[in-house]
Amino acid sequence: MQDPGISVLFKGSNFIRLLEGLSIALRISFLSVVISLLLGFFIGVLISGKNRFLKIVYGIYLNTVRIMPQMVLLFIVFFGSTRVLGINIDAEVSSIIVFAFWGSAEMADLVRGAIKSIPVHQFESAASLGMKKRTIYLKIILPQTLRRLVPSSINLVTRMIKTTSLVMMIGVVEVLKVGQQIIEANRTTSPNIAFWMYGTVFLLYFIACFPISRLSKSLEEKWKLA
Amino acid sequence: MDIQIMKEYLPLYIDALWLTLKIGLLGIVLSLVVGVFTALFRFYKIPVLDKLSGAYIELFRNTPLLVQLFFLYFALPRIGIKMDAATCGVLGLTLLGGAYMAESIRSSLEAIDKIQTDSALALGMNRRQVMTKVVLPQAISISIPSIVANVIFLLKETSVFSAISLMDLMFTAKDLIGLYYKTVEALALLVIFYLIILLPVSFLGDYTERRLSYARSGN
Amino acid sequence: MEDSILKIDDLKKRYGKDTVLNGITLSVSEGEVLVILGPSGCGKSTLLRCLNGLETIEGGSVRFKDEIVNDENGVSSDITELRQKIGMVFQNYELFPHLTVFQNVMLAPTTVCGRDKKEVEKEALTLLEKVGLSEKKDFYPSKLSGGQKQRVAIVRALIMHPEVLLFDEVTAALDPEMVREVLEVMLSLAEQGKTMVIVTHEMAFARAVADKVILLDGGVIVEEADPETFFTHPKSERAKAFLEGFSYERVKGKKSIKKGA
Repeated sequence: MQDPGISVLFKGSNFIRLLEGLSIALRISFLSVVISLLLGFFIGVLISGKNRFLKIVYGIYLNTVRIMPQMVLLFIVFFGSTRVLGINIDAEVSSIIVFAFWGSAEMADLVRGAIKSIPVHQFESAASLGMKKRTIYLKIILPQTLRRLVPSSINLVTRMIKTTSLVMMIGVVEVLKVGQQIIEANRTTSPNIAFWMYGTVFLLYFIACFPISRLSKSLEEKWKLA
Repeated sequence: MDIQIMKEYLPLYIDALWLTLKIGLLGIVLSLVVGVFTALFRFYKIPVLDKLSGAYIELFRNTPLLVQLFFLYFALPRIGIKMDAATCGVLGLTLLGGAYMAESIRSSLEAIDKIQTDSALALGMNRRQVMTKVVLPQAISISIPSIVANVIFLLKETSVFSAISLMDLMFTAKDLIGLYYKTVEALALLVIFYLIILLPVSFLGDYTERRLSYARSGN
Repeated sequence: MEDSILKIDDLKKRYGKDTVLNGITLSVSEGEVLVILGPSGCGKSTLLRCLNGLETIEGGSVRFKDEIVNDENGVSSDITELRQKIGMVFQNYELFPHLTVFQNVMLAPTTVCGRDKKEVEKEALTLLEKVGLSEKKDFYPSKLSGGQKQRVAIVRALIMHPEVLLFDEVTAALDPEMVREVLEVMLSLAEQGKTMVIVTHEMAFARAVADKVILLDGGVIVEEADPETFFTHPKSERAKAFLEGFSYERVKGKKSIKKGA
């Protein structure tokens, strides 16, 4: 290898462009996560009630997003919307719709699980100590619920970031796409850039996800026995 | 919806289905093999291999399959490692799946009381017999629900294969949308075919989960 | 002692800085039933686990007949063969949950000794019959009561034809009404002349079954006597206190059993 190609990575604004691409991926996941957290929390509380109809509808919803690859959902929203609804939904917006749709279902399931796990006897033993209902919820129930909920929600964030890599398949110019463009532009001068480029993208994703999944894991460990 | 058109496209989808299934199943079987070995390296804290396995697991659990495939298919040939797209697909799925399977199996291995090992040793079994006859069978059965969940996850992940120009279901659908504008028909077939692949596994998942929790409650 | 099966000489065991066993010397001869008593945390279970090399030791030695099982150089390289001759039954049964009762009993003789399957099957049935569990042979352990599980565990150890059997608080995890069914099996083994080392908290049983009783405390043997002497005229103050405070000690012992096991 005369030209290792690595220099192209840092030529001109190439690396900045790459980071911009990454930031688009992160922006999509951030927005999707926020919507998922809010919507998922709301749905999760809703289906923890007694309404059977809601439970059935949610069951279908959850199973749909669990069974269908996100890729398929992306295609349906991106290509299908134009055709069926006659409106043109931007690729980035399509992605956010799909990821939020998926994430809300997952989040609602986590919330439902956390609510279900609220220990009845904890409520009773707190009550027998003479605590007020409000105090019991704030001091006993909520902390325990959050301890279950927070690590798995954080984990959902990394899943979301990884899934954003799919958006290039419907034409969003994110980090992988930027990488491709830089490779194309330098194909003749430094053919080996592909190795360095995709290696870098690989690492960038790792750098984005690893600390978050570590955090999730360590919180889970820390709160396990409590 | 134009049923006639859908009938016409059906063979293309069936071909794609086979491709997805072939690569998917091969990748899943291999990922189980990789997963078992990696889990054992970690569980027994075998020097060097333990650390390597740990790094491998983190690396592949914290990056998307699409990026991994790009690296295997477009980057590696630049340093002289050339594989065809199908091989890359199998390898990518194996590496990704191996990392997930390893974690499932390792946590099950850790869930088995150390004294089970002691009791097998006390019967005069050697380390290998203890592992193959006593610990591993229990670990596998504990980890079945999460293995099935991984299988579903991996089968869904196969939907990115079109990115390395494998003519899978997504590729076929995109082709039909791009070339003939039969969007609704193409998408309907896409959904139907993914249901064919994933519904049975999903039911299997529900079934094993229920059966296993029943077995556990019997204790 | 010319006919001793197990010979323990100045055994020392430490966990980090904690000395658990501090110079235990003992021998068990053929056909003898040795009962080890002591407050919880005195190292009884640890001592038992040293005898078949489940624990390493820091000093002294354990011999089976003339062969070294365990000494400060580590566990014998022939340990798997030795363990076939030294059976062990655990407090929490430790049946293999993925195998049926019958498979649990069959596993070691067929895989470890490579004995003829037909012959082992016949013996397994006979042994299960003896403990009254032949009807349960195709059940999984999760479907058995604690007492039944423990009887299966005893059969699983017996089918290896061990020359000595180690029992580690085998009734401690059982509901009171199931204790008897297990102890009766052990009594009948003693009658048949099996060599046994028993760690237990059941005083009446100890008195009935033992040829020799030792009291372990603070990692040393504080009293060694035949059962009559031990229970009626103990020599040491420690043994007197132990027997007097028996019911209290026993409750404490029960409570901390999980930790000690």
